Order: sequence, then structure tokens, then C-alpha cells
Amino acid sequence: MMNIPLSITTTIHDWLFSIMPEGAATITEWVLIAVAYLALFAVAGLYLVLLERKVAAWFQFRLGPNRVGPWGIFQTIADALKLVSKEIYSNQKVDKFLFNLAPYFVIVASLMAMAVFPFSKQFQGFDINIGVFFLFAVSSIGVIGLLVGGWASNNKYSLIGAMRSGLQTISYELSVGLSILTMVLLTGTLQLSEIIEVQRTGGWLIFQGHIPAVIAFMIFMIAGTAETNRAPFDLVEAESELGAGFHTEYSGMQFAYFFLAEFINMFIIASIAVVLFFGGWLSPFGITEGITWFPEVLWFVIKVFMIILLMMWFRWTFPRLRVDQLLTLEWKYLLPINMVNLVLMAVIIWLNFTL
Amino acid sequence: MSYFSDIYNGIKTLLTGMRVTGGHFVRIRSENITQLYPDNRDTLQMFERFRGEVVMPHDENNEHRCTGCQSCEIACPNGSIEIIWDRQVDPATGKKKKMIDKHIYHLSMCTMCGLCISACPTDAIVWAQNYENAVYDRSALTKVLNQPGSKLKAGIEE
Repeated sequence: MMNIPLSITTTIHDWLFSIMPEGAATITEWVLIAVAYLALFAVAGLYLVLLERKVAAWFQFRLGPNRVGPWGIFQTIADALKLVSKEIYSNQKVDKFLFNLAPYFVIVASLMAMAVFPFSKQFQGFDINIGVFFLFAVSSIGVIGLLVGGWASNNKYSLIGAMRSGLQTISYELSVGLSILTMVLLTGTLQLSEIIEVQRTGGWLIFQGHIPAVIAFMIFMIAGTAETNRAPFDLVEAESELGAGFHTEYSGMQFAYFFLAEFINMFIIASIAVVLFFGGWLSPFGITEGITWFPEVLWFVIKVFMIILLMMWFRWTFPRLRVDQLLTLEWKYLLPINMVNLVLMAVIIWLNFTL
Repeated sequence: MSYFSDIYNGIKTLLTGMRVTGGHFVRIRSENITQLYPDNRDTLQMFERFRGEVVMPHDENNEHRCTGCQSCEIACPNGSIEIIWDRQVDPATGKKKKMIDKHIYHLSMCTMCGLCISACPTDAIVWAQNYENAVYDRSALTKVLNQPGSKLKAGIEE
């Protein structure tokens, strides 16, 4: 079941099964994997916040955080410690149960999506044959957390933010789905590890599929940015209109969960893009193909950070869309283009024009 | 057909915007405007038009340009400037003449409007560029601008 025979993980796996009965060893492995993913979640979230602040500063001729530790590398850890120490406060009129439940929806959805990514050949939590479908399904659960949180807050700004988030996700889920479908047409499989195997022989999918793949990538990046509720699609928490949107009433660690989940969602969208378009953990031109000790996860991380940088570049360049512009972009432009693109991809595969 | 030209123009303008910000991103080392303030205290130069506080420049002979005309005191909207003056015998001419004893400036009340400086007919007071004006005692903010023993520079009053 656990498909993680990285040489380290194999060693741990064998060692655990040698010192304890099978059932206990399996449960211990589960706990270890959960801890590993939670640690990844926390570290990636915190350092993406720092990266965001640094990149934002550089786009605006500033230096960004540089006081806590060298180049400010401990800034977000200090922020997290502050948030942990704060009181979790809610006003009297909130729906207590839903209010406290909402952050966990968001967090759990992000964590479940993380589980299926092939970080390298050996490091993948859960390799199912409907990986892409699973990712797509799970990443939409997060929006329920936003809707529930906005509703339970009993605050008009939160409610408007939550409703906008629902509207946005329903619209843009279509574009994400269709652009992913375009690529699935090319790979012929939904299993993420096999999608990468397809790219090992034929080159990265964005080169294999050339024109329709590039169009699909552009649409995926636009719709993915909208999915993560980031600027220029941050109507959900538009500071100038809605206070802080759906998380106006949240404080302390509950707020931090929403905040971290936003950055993890960005990581997830970037990871999907890397797996579907840029060959996952495969090295460019196979330059580290023969080197057995080379950690392939490094290529994965480098590519993911490139995509994340692109999304931050969008955020700090483009102004926020109005609600009607948001819907016009989706229903009048992205969706028709996407459908034509899907047919184009099918024709190209049918006529064997793939590179 | 405007549908396709809209798409083309949209992508083109977005890329133009991204080129601008991307240029800033890669040139951050030369374009950075952040001052690392407490660290560069020794080298930090304020720009010329910065309004730190009002000062009265004195030359090497301890002479200033203030004739005691009180234009600045009248121009000041909130009474930050007080001039204590009397009539003394001018040693050069032997005649009695108005001279300043103390030009008192209350930095604690000053709003940095600059009316005194534009009112001054002899350019006796100017803006200084210092910016660390915090003190522990309020009385330290009441400053006497003319230095002790200073006198009016010759030729100002003509």
C-alpha cells in the first residue's frame, strides 16, 4: 500500500518490520508518514509566506523582512510563534461548531491533496490509479471550509467573501478541469507516477503537446490562481472592500490555518502544473538520469518554486478584477477557448502530430 | 472579430505589466530604496528639502544674519518663535539700534510649516536636515538659535 521505497524509507520500513509485529509496524509507519507530511506542510507554508514577502518587496524596490535572523529567515517562525500564543477569540453570535470546524476543512483538503504528489520516484505517499481525479476532487473541498467559515462568522463581510469564493470556485473549477483533461488526453492515464513515466521517454508534456499544451498551461495558470484565491482574483478577501473577507472574525491559530492553507494551495497548484506540464521530478534533458545518488526531489522543488514565482509575479503586477469581469473572463473567454483547445488536442493526437 | 483582438490586447498589456515589475525584480540591488536606518546612521544623508528643524547658521566669526525684525515671530501661526531683543549701542556707529538677545525656538510646538523661513527678509534662519529630534525632557526642545556672544554680520541691514 505504501509506495515509498526511497532508500531511507526502505531502510526504516525493513527495520520497523524486523523489530515489531506487522500490525504495530504498519501503524508506526502511518504515524511517521503523517508526521512527515505535517512537517512538510508547516515548513513549506511558513517559508512560502517568507518568500512571498521577499518577492513582493523586490517587485516594489524594497528589501523585505531582514531583521529576524540573517536575511530575515526566521521572520515567519517568529510570526507563527506569536499567532500560537494569541487567544482564539470569537464573538458571541457565531455558530460555534461550524466556526471552529471551518479551518480544518481547509487544512485537511490541502493535506489530502499533498498526499498523492510524486515528489520523486521513491517518495510518494499514496499512488492511486485515479490520482489526477482524486486531486481535482479533493482540492475543491477546501472551498467548503471557506463557505462554512464565512457563514458561521455571522458577519456581512465574511458572508460576502464566502459567497464570492463559492462563485469563483464553481466557475474556475471548470477551466482547471478542462485544461487538466486536455493533458490527460495526451498521457492516457490518470495515475501521477505513470504520467511522469510517459514524460521520461517522450519529453515533457508541454513540449509533446506543443500548441494546445501551451494554451492549456496558460489557462491552467489563470484558473489555478483563481482557485487559490490569490490576486488578481482575491475578491474573496479583498482588503479594500471586505475587511479580510471570510476570515475577518478569525484570530490566532485559526487564522493561521487559513493563511497557511492559502500558501499550501498555491504549492499544490504549482505541483499539479509541474507534474502535468513540466515532467515532475524528471531532470531537464535527462542530465541527472544516470546519477543514482542525486535527489530527484530537488528537480521537483526547483520547478515548483519557478511556478510559484510566476504566480507571485502575477499577484504583484495585476490589479484585482471586478466580479463581473471575473465571470466574463471565465465564461466568455477561458471556457470556449478551453473547449476548442480540447478538440484541437484530440485532433493532434488522432493525426499523430505530437512531438 | 473584436473578440480575438481583445484577447490579443489583453495578453499583450498583461505581459507589458509583467515586464515592468520583472525588471524591478531583477534589478533590485541597484533600484532598492529601503534605508537600513539604524545601521546606516553614520552615512545616511537626508535630502535637501527635508524639514528637520529651524536653525540659524553662524559663520566662522560667530556672526549670524538676524536683524531682530520679528517677521518670523509674526509669521509663525502657533507661537513657536519668541524673540527677546533690546536697544543697544552699536559699537561701529555709536547709535542705538535694535538687536536680538535671544531667538527662542520651541521645537515642541513647531509644525514645520516653514512660514518663518519664507518670511525672513535676510535669510537668517534655514531648515536643518537632522531627523533624530527625540529627547527625554520636554525642556530640551526649547532652543536658543543664536549662539552666545554672537553678533549681527556687518552689511546685512543695508
